[in-house]
Amino acid sequence: MHFHLTEEQTAIQDAVRGTLADCWPIERIHAFADGEADFDRESWDALMALGLGGILAPDSGMGLLDAALACEVAGEAAAAGPLIGQMLAVAAGGGGHLDALANGDKVAALVHGGSTYVPCARAADVFLIVDRDAGIRLVPAGDGVAIETVKAADRTRPVSKVAIAEDAGERLFGPDDAMTARLADAALVLVAADALGGARKVTDMSVAYAREREQFGQPIGRFQGLKHQLAHMALDVEPARALVWYAAYAWDAGLPDAPRAAALAKAHLCDVYVRATRAAVAAHGGIGYTWEYGLHYWFRRAMFDRAWLGSPAEHRARAADLAGW
Amino acid sequence: MDLSYGEAAEAFRAEVRAFLSSHWPPPSDLRGADLKAFVRAFRGLATERGYLYRAIQKRYGGSEQPVDVIRAQVIREEFSRVRAPMEVGGNGMNMTVPTLLEKGTDEQKELFIRKTLEGDYIWGQGYSEPGAGSDLASVRTKGELSADGSKWIINGQKIWTSQGMQATHMFMLVRTEPDAPKHDGITYLLIDLDQPGVTRRPIRQMTGEEGDHTFCEFFFDNAETPVSWQVGTRGQGWYVSRTTLKHERASIGGADGLGRQFAKLVELAKEVGRIDDPLVRDRLVQIEGFVLAHRYSSYRIFSCAAAGEDPGTVPLMMKLLLTEIGHEMALLAQELIGEHGFIEPAGAGGRGHRGPRGPEKWLDQIMGSLGNSIAGGASNIQRNIIGERGLGLPRDLAMSGER
Repeated sequence: MHFHLTEEQTAIQDAVRGTLADCWPIERIHAFADGEADFDRESWDALMALGLGGILAPDSGMGLLDAALACEVAGEAAAAGPLIGQMLAVAAGGGGHLDALANGDKVAALVHGGSTYVPCARAADVFLIVDRDAGIRLVPAGDGVAIETVKAADRTRPVSKVAIAEDAGERLFGPDDAMTARLADAALVLVAADALGGARKVTDMSVAYAREREQFGQPIGRFQGLKHQLAHMALDVEPARALVWYAAYAWDAGLPDAPRAAALAKAHLCDVYVRATRAAVAAHGGIGYTWEYGLHYWFRRAMFDRAWLGSPAEHRARAADLAGW
Repeated sequence: MDLSYGEAAEAFRAEVRAFLSSHWPPPSDLRGADLKAFVRAFRGLATERGYLYRAIQKRYGGSEQPVDVIRAQVIREEFSRVRAPMEVGGNGMNMTVPTLLEKGTDEQKELFIRKTLEGDYIWGQGYSEPGAGSDLASVRTKGELSADGSKWIINGQKIWTSQGMQATHMFMLVRTEPDAPKHDGITYLLIDLDQPGVTRRPIRQMTGEEGDHTFCEFFFDNAETPVSWQVGTRGQGWYVSRTTLKHERASIGGADGLGRQFAKLVELAKEVGRIDDPLVRDRLVQIEGFVLAHRYSSYRIFSCAAAGEDPGTVPLMMKLLLTEIGHEMALLAQELIGEHGFIEPAGAGGRGHRGPRGPEKWLDQIMGSLGNSIAGGASNIQRNIIGERGLGLPRDLAMSGER
């Protein structure tokens, strides 16, 4: 019986955390957010140098849990870059680009079947289209891919409007191939992990602020009203971590309830993230409402994660169906 | 991650199963005192084999086994699978015995532990008073030494004693040093409840539950207990009462009850014809997200305990999480039962005599879930604990004397 992180897993998370802390201090996030780019090569290379691109490669010896742990830290740091798309493109076999994708030379953006918006599309060398009803395609940037720049709300993973011709690229798996559902499920778990990292981050920021900030001659964290709000944030976030772990473990072990666990984790964590970021702004007061302080980057990521790959309500409906109710 | 227990545990499981298959269940015609005797003998055998009372020394009737949460879990699973009785429950095993093991005199251990394990002594908790709930250290029940210094004379009132009508003994906090600071004026006493100075009365609960199974209030009018039944130093009872059971405490069984209740909620939605309603399906899965977060967090805590690692802040959250989920389930149940909720369920609180019960039986859960926000550390106290011990927020000034 083992249901907590190994020392090695914790060490990997710490390494990713350290790298991302160097890459994305708040000033860098501000600069990126106010720029035009949808991708940052330097931080991307740093992540890829840690081997994150290849975690889901068939021979990596790692699994979705390890990938989720990395995505969690990326969510915590509000890191730019299409990490989830990259990992899944590798998991899908890379369509002839496996090595270049695993080491990060080529960049893969994830396209949710039927969605118009794709994060980091302008930087992508290939597009991985994951569509439960149509299967999985890998499409090189260029012919058959039209990209329109839009002003994106999530400043750390800016979307573009993307139209891809139906016959573009290569079909890797058909709609009935088990890999299609499996990769679609993996995507849900990785978004849930991003949401977990972000929710934990804004909770930590709120707690740190409440310990520092003084009003009426004492730290505001001593006031029960705020203390209880912060306790509820933690109560919402920390137990939910185990949902992400379980969903990733079930996927790695090929358990029958893996698809349902993925749907539940995506729905639950994305709700948690939205609640946490709203509560964090409220807990901070005026400073939290400024652009400069930066809480809004996670707030915006929370809104993105919630809607991307299907809303919580959509996945709850799927989970209810999968339960056979 | 791996949710299997490993080969050694499975071999042990086979051993436990073999034991159970030859010693349980009792012959089907056994009744009354004969059945009781059978259960007692069964517990004795199971203890001899090292399955029960593992944290307790052999000289006091335990099996004195090395700490092994995986084995303990396998035992729980196998016993519960065939509905075999485990250790006697209640305050005695949960509170009195661990306290005595840590703070009791040899005489107290000899006098009380074996009798408690064997179910002869049933313990009531004498902590809460009408004026002392969350602020437990403000107890006013008074203890004074008799003129010859051999006995404590007790006067006052205790309340919310579970198993109060069955209890033979009580462990209690009484104020013995009225001039000392609040936390340093309390002594921890054990008392025999079978004496003229003790009166008990059941409390009728909001569920309607009453009679022998409900909580009691106790009145002490010059009740007596020997000084040798005082646990720990005079005036230090508050600190004695902080002793808790640490041994093999982690279990993943706690989450099973919640899972079963959720499954019943789904059954209710089917029974009242609402399972196809998209709003109901959405609410159910929303609640299930929390139910599973609770369950998998219990795996996490268990796994850390098995590996001897620190589980972090999650254990501080489990009680409040359980309580909050109970409220959510109550609200959905209320929606689902609709006008069935106009009917008072037979056997209020689920304990009394009852005939057939329809969806109105959920009133027991709907009201009972509120008890969870109060008993065993009120929800607002839980929030303080999470905030202060979990998140490191500064202590409430009013409570800064608590330890």
